[in-house]
Amino acid sequence: MTLAEMLQDYTIQNVVAGAALLGLVSGVLGSFAVLRRQSLLGDTMSHAALPGVCLGFIIAGTRDIGSILAGALLTGALAALVMLMLTRLSRLKTDAGLGITLSTFFAMGVVLLTHIQGMNNASQGGLDAFLFGQAAATLRSDLWIMGGITLIALTLVAALWKEFKLVSFDAEFAASLGLPVVWLETLLTVMVALAVVVGLQMVGVVLMAAMVIAPAVAARQWSHRLEGMVLLAALIGVAGGIFGALLSALSRGLATGPLIILSVSAVVLVSLTLAPERGFAWEAVRRWHARRRLRYQQVLTTLYRLAMHHDDPGFPSEQGMLDTYHGLRTRGVLRQLARRGLAEWRPGPPDEPGPPRRWVLTSAGIAEAERVLDRLGQEET
Amino acid sequence: MLDALLDNVPLQIMLVGALVGIASSLVGTFLVLRGTSMLSDAIGHSIVFGIVVVWLLTHQQSGPLQILGAALTGVLTVFLTELLVRTRRVKEDAAIGLVFPVLFSIGVLLLNLYARDVHIDTHTVLLGEIGFVWLDTVTLGDYRIPQSLLSMGAMTLLNGAFVTLFYKELKLATFDEALAKALGLAPGLLFYVLLLLTSGTAVAAFDAVGAVLFVAFVIVPPATAYLLTDRLWLMFLYGMAVSIASSVSGYTLAVVWNVSIGGMMAVMTGVFLLLAFLAGPRYGIVAQWLRRRGQHRLNEIRTLAVHLYNHEASPEQSEENVTRALREHLHWDDTKAQRVVERSCERHLIVRAGESLRLLPAGRELAREILEPGGRGEPRSVSETLG
Repeated sequence: MTLAEMLQDYTIQNVVAGAALLGLVSGVLGSFAVLRRQSLLGDTMSHAALPGVCLGFIIAGTRDIGSILAGALLTGALAALVMLMLTRLSRLKTDAGLGITLSTFFAMGVVLLTHIQGMNNASQGGLDAFLFGQAAATLRSDLWIMGGITLIALTLVAALWKEFKLVSFDAEFAASLGLPVVWLETLLTVMVALAVVVGLQMVGVVLMAAMVIAPAVAARQWSHRLEGMVLLAALIGVAGGIFGALLSALSRGLATGPLIILSVSAVVLVSLTLAPERGFAWEAVRRWHARRRLRYQQVLTTLYRLAMHHDDPGFPSEQGMLDTYHGLRTRGVLRQLARRGLAEWRPGPPDEPGPPRRWVLTSAGIAEAERVLDRLGQEET
Repeated sequence: MLDALLDNVPLQIMLVGALVGIASSLVGTFLVLRGTSMLSDAIGHSIVFGIVVVWLLTHQQSGPLQILGAALTGVLTVFLTELLVRTRRVKEDAAIGLVFPVLFSIGVLLLNLYARDVHIDTHTVLLGEIGFVWLDTVTLGDYRIPQSLLSMGAMTLLNGAFVTLFYKELKLATFDEALAKALGLAPGLLFYVLLLLTSGTAVAAFDAVGAVLFVAFVIVPPATAYLLTDRLWLMFLYGMAVSIASSVSGYTLAVVWNVSIGGMMAVMTGVFLLLAFLAGPRYGIVAQWLRRRGQHRLNEIRTLAVHLYNHEASPEQSEENVTRALREHLHWDDTKAQRVVERSCERHLIVRAGESLRLLPAGRELAREILEPGGRGEPRSVSETLG
């Protein structure tokens, strides 16, 4: 199948559109979650959506996407509130609170799931697809609902942009301005449940955590500003979603959810390595340069000090002695100095064994060494 | 006795459930105390990758080598997470949430690719099949023993031995890592061994409860114990008690309601946690509320005593030291004033003489203690005897 044919396929259209919506909403909301150090709350809320899915089904009696998503939203948000309550009102720490709500809500979901299976309801088929998502089963009507939820989330973020930004970076300052900080924080937290709900159909409850975290972490590497980060996270989420969905359509039989997660995670890896300023690769290059520069300056000043000590600007220093003094081979550095015209070598006495090298600073070398020492002295004072 | 056990399927299931809980809470106690509970979530998910790989390589799942192999994925997850954190580009919580979904995703894709070769489907991955543990047996001597019972028993013994042998070291590394390091105890290594055991437990428990429910058995019983006690060894005991109680009650309820046994056991751990959260003797919500109320009442009584003491034997005594004055001067309404006066009378701090209120020696002492702290007389703490 060519790409053009794929894009005309009804199912693939739906899956791609759904994945794009998911990437959009989770990229935007995830940015706030990651900045507020609530990354794992997404994990807890998505696992906690399972009992809601089952309750929605039990109440509606069929696999009605509207009530299922409403249920998921409800229990997801409830889990977040229970987590906050457990940690605020007892001595349990955040990690334990997250783990407790995640696992017990999920367990309730499992219990309800088996209860539904015991009811022998013919329309229950595919309910446990919500565990891993079932992107291929996405209908046009599902897309409208997912799109609606995305729109609500984005509108809220746009409308309360300044407030959310302030609360995320400096909650105390926000409180001093008279903003309802507790409400805004709760709203931001609960809104992650919106992203989770959109993701249920696409990637399922288990993998949703990465969908909230990965685009935001990737975007963070490229931008220092919230505006840039949120836009980029949305872009990465959409791109990763579409790429994963197409990959799964091409492969026939590989689950969409994991492929989307792996696509987005690959972007994280690339960003961590290559992003300007924050990338590992650049940092390694910077460090290498710095180390070379330092060694170069050290050898230069050693030559200068030896010359000064002997009251002879043309004092020839032995290379072997320089090696011993610095504890490493200085030949490369000395050659570099020679190339720049800062030092020259002289042959040693003919009866000396080994490479008979002695090094003398040129007048340019002396000036450069004085400049370096001068700057060091300034930094020290 | 062994025969009785092997004929009794419910007993086997409950025993496996209890062993999962006991083995998990032995290691989970330290995870909860160190504030790294969510690592068990990461480990639980990512061992799926290890189990699939080990199965594809050896076509066996339950030998000791297989458990070790799959458990290494759990340690790998933690290692990769720490690596990410150490770059200082990613915060710890985000790092945890980045690493395990990748490994889990690869595991699921491998299951998709080699579905015909692998005995597990994605459904079992998450939910486990504790109800069927008695089907998968190995022959040991004359007995056919359930595989899960054997591997969970082994993991329980292993975890128990580790915790007993390194009890002092683990305790120190958990509560004062700097000191442990200074004493040359290598707390980092100890922690990695702990995580390896956690992963091994996850692999062994995988058939029974799956990847996610495992998290409940690791975190919830120790967290429940943490709400009940300050002593480490008691935490282990409480954790085990919660595990056993959850297993038995979970199984019973699951049979009655015809729902997932593993799920119900995990739900029951949550119920016990909720009980401890509400009714714990010291940290429970009710106990906290009672303590606050007691403090509040004591403060009211103190206020009254000080008020009476201030005006005692002064010209305005007849005006101030009457119930009516409390409303105007302390802004107490009638019912509150009445209540405080009655309580103070009960405690023999004051007496009522008609309209006027008079301090008794104990009440005078209480007022003095507040007005002249550390002052005259022996440092007898009235508030404590009242408390």
